[in-house]
Amino acid sequence: MTEMTLGKALGAGLRQAMRDDEKVVLLGEDIGKLGGVFRITDGLLDEFGASRVVDTPLAESGIVGMAVGLAFRGYRPVVEIQFDGFVYPAFDQIVAQVAKLHYRTQGRAKMPITIRIPWAGGIGAAEHHSESPEAYFVHTAGLRVVAVSNPEDAYRSLRQAIASDDPVIFFEPKRLYHHKGEVDLAAPLADASPMGLARVMRTGTDATLITYGAMVSTALQAADAAEDEGISLEVIDLRSLSPIDYDSVAASVRKTGRVVVAHEASREAGVAAEVIASITERCFEYLESAPLRVTGHDIPYPPAKLEKYHLPDLDRLLDAVDRVLDRPNSLTGADA
Amino acid sequence: MSPQITPIADTAQDLELSERILAPDGSRIANPRLDAFVADVDAEQLRALHRDMVILRRIDAEGVALQRQGQLGLWAPCQGQEATQIGTARALAPQDYVFPSYRETGVIYARGAQPGDYVRMWRGEEGAGHDPEALRVAPLQIIIGAQTLHAVGYALGIRHEGADEVAVTYFGDGATSQGDVNEAMIFASSYQAPVVFVCQNNHWAISEPVAVQSQFPIAGRAPGFGIPSLRVDGNDVLACMAAMRWALDHARSGKGPAYIEAVTYRMGPHTTADDPTRYRDDAELESWRRRDPIARLEQHLRNAGELADTHVAETQAAADAVAKDMRAACLGMVTRPPLAVFDGVYAEPHTGLERQRDEYAAYLASFEVEA
Ligand SMILES: Cc1ncc(C[n+]2csc(CCOP(=O)(O)OP(=O)(O)O)c2C)c(N)n1
Repeated sequence: MTEMTLGKALGAGLRQAMRDDEKVVLLGEDIGKLGGVFRITDGLLDEFGASRVVDTPLAESGIVGMAVGLAFRGYRPVVEIQFDGFVYPAFDQIVAQVAKLHYRTQGRAKMPITIRIPWAGGIGAAEHHSESPEAYFVHTAGLRVVAVSNPEDAYRSLRQAIASDDPVIFFEPKRLYHHKGEVDLAAPLADASPMGLARVMRTGTDATLITYGAMVSTALQAADAAEDEGISLEVIDLRSLSPIDYDSVAASVRKTGRVVVAHEASREAGVAAEVIASITERCFEYLESAPLRVTGHDIPYPPAKLEKYHLPDLDRLLDAVDRVLDRPNSLTGADA
Repeated sequence: MSPQITPIADTAQDLELSERILAPDGSRIANPRLDAFVADVDAEQLRALHRDMVILRRIDAEGVALQRQGQLGLWAPCQGQEATQIGTARALAPQDYVFPSYRETGVIYARGAQPGDYVRMWRGEEGAGHDPEALRVAPLQIIIGAQTLHAVGYALGIRHEGADEVAVTYFGDGATSQGDVNEAMIFASSYQAPVVFVCQNNHWAISEPVAVQSQFPIAGRAPGFGIPSLRVDGNDVLACMAAMRWALDHARSGKGPAYIEAVTYRMGPHTTADDPTRYRDDAELESWRRRDPIARLEQHLRNAGELADTHVAETQAAADAVAKDMRAACLGMVTRPPLAVFDGVYAEPHTGLERQRDEYAAYLASFEVEA
């Protein structure tokens, strides 16, 4: 076990994937000498050379479109999009090309492309640097969508994403890039939990908190705080947003009967809506109260000084927990 | 190698400023720039090019007929563009890889398409019409310009491996306005990728004349990206072949990308859903009929006493046979069973989709129980 930051774990994952398979090539803006604006690719240029760590012109559609061509030739491109808000110029190449070519060719063209996206807010960034676009990609057939929440998962899931014959949108919570955790660099990839599975981060009996990415930390803090009040919360890290591991989700909901789903992304037609709809279909008879969402508002991501009013925090999570538990909450007031 | 390009966008004049070897009347013109590239082309090879173009025109006509008869959802005709497609595609080496748009029927023909390959996509049986690896042609692309980037990515792979291959991409004049095409040229140039860009300037992007896309001859843009270009008469099959051989040599010898603008004309509608009488006049069409690429080569061969009537008749019979096979393949297609809609979305199991497939399977099975 080695203690390292999530950012370093991602770098280690890339390095290992490149050592394992010479067909793995990296493409992105500033990923060479600079090591990426977050230094995730630090040192890779020295080890693997400029033909495998490719600094590209500043054109996101170009980067992803090139990755498609490389995939046609049997490569496994790993693309770094510099920031979440800059993935939109590549939207066509991702949803119309990367996602569809396997289906269009009935498997004769494989698109084992990993698109890494430094993602979401909470770091006081400038405009377009804090977005949560995951729903667009979850809604697109042919893509897998992964969101990591700790160094160990980052290291392993990234290698799994690169090894997958399917395209993977890989969300990296930049708020957690400097968070440290234990990573077992030597553990065989085959022993790792599969990429599509959720993980129960904390067991509990009164309600289930479902989330992913940086919000997993917030949810765990909420569970600690709730425990002080005698409430036992189960926390699930979805890890994969396409597919979503509904077996794990349903098992938890059947146990607790109460659900809160949280994410930073805006609410309307978001991932939480999908999770709750699916829970309702699968285990309605186990529900003891209406599932709730705690999400970002349906607004453009606000300026940094205001982002704390947009991002779900500990208190908003606990308020929702109070609501699903029928305890006094922001709607009923303290007297309920 | 880039020509001096005069900044005009007059569609009548600009043709005269493009490279050619055969004049519209079939006579041979000396072209110091291109002649060497087709010095080896003898009468027999010319007859083969003629035969290709006649067969292509027949395939195209059959596609239109099949659509009119309700057998295809849509067809994108290439009548008028035979010289561009056959001339350039016949210059390719077997190992080269093509990234086409939807109108490149002649290119997939030249790459060895099977009869069903022409129609499978337009009939709605499969997303891609052919096996990309078998033909070394990526699926036909409908998103305008997207494939140009794929060609550059592929070419980057070729360069990394030092392989003796070239990636080629075809696109229309309208496509040159797309960001992707411009990004493709930047990337190709930055990495000196072995890729050839073939712009088929057929003068119209559905109803929009080329002047809406460009106030400057399109080939004139490439040098601005650091890519040498040639502007050829796209109705002159020899000039197209020569230009393509130049471009392929350039890319294959490690000099980086090359660009060809073939100035041609789409004689039919944009697709079978289009009505060109709304936007273009008969006089324009008529003037292009006089530049018909097949008639031009035919005349050239006749002038040289190299085209016997028996050959023409045999060629027509061969074309009819290809069309017959294409029709038979089309009508003989068997649509896959309902659950096939779920096939091939992912390479590896996806639990969400598997659940949906199971649900739909159960739903379908419920009818069987009733019956
Ligand atoms: C991104 C995109 N926008 C619009 C269309 C609709 N469309 C299909 S063909 C076409 C015109 C293309 O013209 P051009 O590039 O000159 O090629 P041509 O069809 O003439 O061969 C348009 C607008 C499309 N397929 N893709």
